[in-house]
Amino acid sequence: MKQAILSGNEAFARGAYEAGVRVASAYPGTPSTEILENIATYPEIDSSWAPNEKVSLEVAIGASFAGARAMVAMKHVGLNVAADPLMTMSYIGVRGGLVVVVADDPEMHSSQNEQDSRHYARLAKAPMLEPSDSDEALAFTRLAFELSEQFDTPVMLRSNTRISHGKTIVNLGSRIDNLPEPVIERNPGKFVMLPANARKRHPVVEQRLLDLKAWGCTHEINRIEEGEGEVGVITAGISYQYAKEVLPKAHILKLGMVYPLPEELIREFAARCKTLYVIEELDPFIEDQIRAMGISVKGKDVFPICGEFSPGRVAAALGMAQPKGVEVSAEPLPNRPPNMCPGCSHRGVFYALKRLGAFVTGDIGCYTLGALPPLSAMDTCVCMGAGISNATGMAKALGEAERSKVVGVMGDSTFLHSGITSLMDMAYNNTPATVIILDNRITAMTGRQDNPASGHTLAGIEAIPVDLEAICRAIGVRHVQVVDPYELEKTRLLIKAEMERPETSVVITRRSCMLDRHGRGERSAPLFVNDDKCTGCKACLKIGCPAIEWQGGTGTDKGKARINQVLCVGCGVCKQVCKFDAFGVGHE
Amino acid sequence: MNNDVKNIFLAGVGGQGTLLASEVLSETLMTAGYDVKKSEVHGMSQRGGSVTSHVRYGKRVFSPLIPEGMADVLFGFELLEAYRYLPMLRPGGTVVVNDLKIIPAPVAMGVETYPDNIPAKITAACPGAKIVNGMELALQAGNVRTVNTVLLGALSQRMDIAEELWLAALNKMVPEKFLNENLEAFRLGRQA
Repeated sequence: MKQAILSGNEAFARGAYEAGVRVASAYPGTPSTEILENIATYPEIDSSWAPNEKVSLEVAIGASFAGARAMVAMKHVGLNVAADPLMTMSYIGVRGGLVVVVADDPEMHSSQNEQDSRHYARLAKAPMLEPSDSDEALAFTRLAFELSEQFDTPVMLRSNTRISHGKTIVNLGSRIDNLPEPVIERNPGKFVMLPANARKRHPVVEQRLLDLKAWGCTHEINRIEEGEGEVGVITAGISYQYAKEVLPKAHILKLGMVYPLPEELIREFAARCKTLYVIEELDPFIEDQIRAMGISVKGKDVFPICGEFSPGRVAAALGMAQPKGVEVSAEPLPNRPPNMCPGCSHRGVFYALKRLGAFVTGDIGCYTLGALPPLSAMDTCVCMGAGISNATGMAKALGEAERSKVVGVMGDSTFLHSGITSLMDMAYNNTPATVIILDNRITAMTGRQDNPASGHTLAGIEAIPVDLEAICRAIGVRHVQVVDPYELEKTRLLIKAEMERPETSVVITRRSCMLDRHGRGERSAPLFVNDDKCTGCKACLKIGCPAIEWQGGTGTDKGKARINQVLCVGCGVCKQVCKFDAFGVGHE
Repeated sequence: MNNDVKNIFLAGVGGQGTLLASEVLSETLMTAGYDVKKSEVHGMSQRGGSVTSHVRYGKRVFSPLIPEGMADVLFGFELLEAYRYLPMLRPGGTVVVNDLKIIPAPVAMGVETYPDNIPAKITAACPGAKIVNGMELALQAGNVRTVNTVLLGALSQRMDIAEELWLAALNKMVPEKFLNENLEAFRLGRQA
């Protein structure tokens, strides 16, 4: 059999290919993004970025209605957006197999919460499979499509950061080629969820869960690994790997399907173990259900709910001795937080907002880094789209004196994801607030994916980019202005004027991301610091550019700025904040 | 804990391109017949933040993460990051580190200080540590961007894996127009 070392995300994509998937859609979100990017490498599959997760799932549902196998992938918080169609699709079931991959982010490496997506399987009454490595990611994806069609249900696949971005050895298969051709078939009793039809479908869903439970007791996806002694562990997904690492001799019940649980198998396993642990990252999802069966287990009374597991954390929870690494002196080390890139088009906007004393309701993207020092110019961040609607709410609540300070800030991709309806609400209800759309032509933070304003599809085909100014005007915003955020003073004065205006207004700050894949980020010759002119005032450090380094500064010496010639892309923002004209263009 | 498994911990800075090095390393270990797991985090930390990667290999690897204090090799692409993660290394473990400073934002802003004499501190804690002048050797190989391949060469000298497997992985994974300079970089790293 052919083997390869693949990331979980590459393996989900390979699984989709092998399962005969025809249509795939997603909105990028760490750690799920590379699933669709890899699916897009298979020309047999129609793959496209959708503006948000709800749209992507509805696209996949449409493909299923047509009789094709379809897959969507999203991060955990993306499933909140897609939850609406998911709940009803569970009642409808499928025509072509339908699989939803959701990638959680325990430890919040790149997320605003660490919600446990397994609760969605229970809420939707749909089965959820959870692989523990890349090989299972591929195998479970194939199995998920079979289950979906066999049990007439959407199937969820749960991943997380360690599965999605970890690489393990995978056994490759070939693509199924005997699936029926998609054709129209009407089936209103099943496809049209009017109350009368939905009432008939609900009992079908309940019976389906019972059938799946029974299936899970006999299928090898849930398996017992015999150990020694009287300690047993029930575990799933990545936690299985930590359990095997830390308790190599324990009996293990490895659950490949985490919902619904195989009750009879669990009872049989529990009866043989004197001490039974449930080892699961995040919530006591399996534990609570096992307790409800009347079985006593050790779970979250021992293992943490918050954060991700590691062999060390699991061993520590069990009170086991920890290995000691190399000892070093307890010297405080500088942190290395992420920061906006040199030449980032967001930098000047946040510098202006800071100077204007704005209260910034922010959003999700690279620009959320504007909340960090030295810019420290974002005051809220909740979820995709909230930047605009939060500004609406604040402006409604505040008195006239403070209202004008409120500015909602959001990137172009986030605006298209879920900001348009927020802006519609702000404008239609005549809210006196200001919105800034940070338009860098790309979905930057997740790895510079194209969005509907970028002008290219996932397949690289040119498309008509969404006209952001026209959208804003069409939904009733009378004051829409565009500015180049590299022009600091112009940007500041424009934002100031719009903040003072007692009406809804939009400022679009437009400049391509420096890392744009289509080469639209403009680079110029690096700047340099003229030592005779630099007074050491440190004003340039307030823009937080990684290319500006401070030299000297010990004792009475104030030190001077220096520009790292490798990092500088010549945006010239530093030159505009220097009152002493110390920054020069082109070297001596 | 699983004692047959060997652990390599990589530490560097987002944007340094450590990914190709960890990919070549994993591919080499797989072709050498080992079970291999690699784990790292993409996303927010890539924007100039501290990045790490765990590579584990052996007969059968379970956890993708290396238990703290059990790394056999600390493979550093930048001095401060290597120093930061020294406690991941088991006593007596191997260190291969690039002699390069990348200034973190709080240091650039003058609010924190970059520690002095990191190479000496690392060598004091790990007497056999190999500090490689990656930049100089990469320039010698013909392209400053081959630094990570120089470092891989230095690492390969300290691992019990046949040289031809490393070269095969480089041949497979490096784009053809950069192959010769990377093979030269690897050779220089091995001699360093």
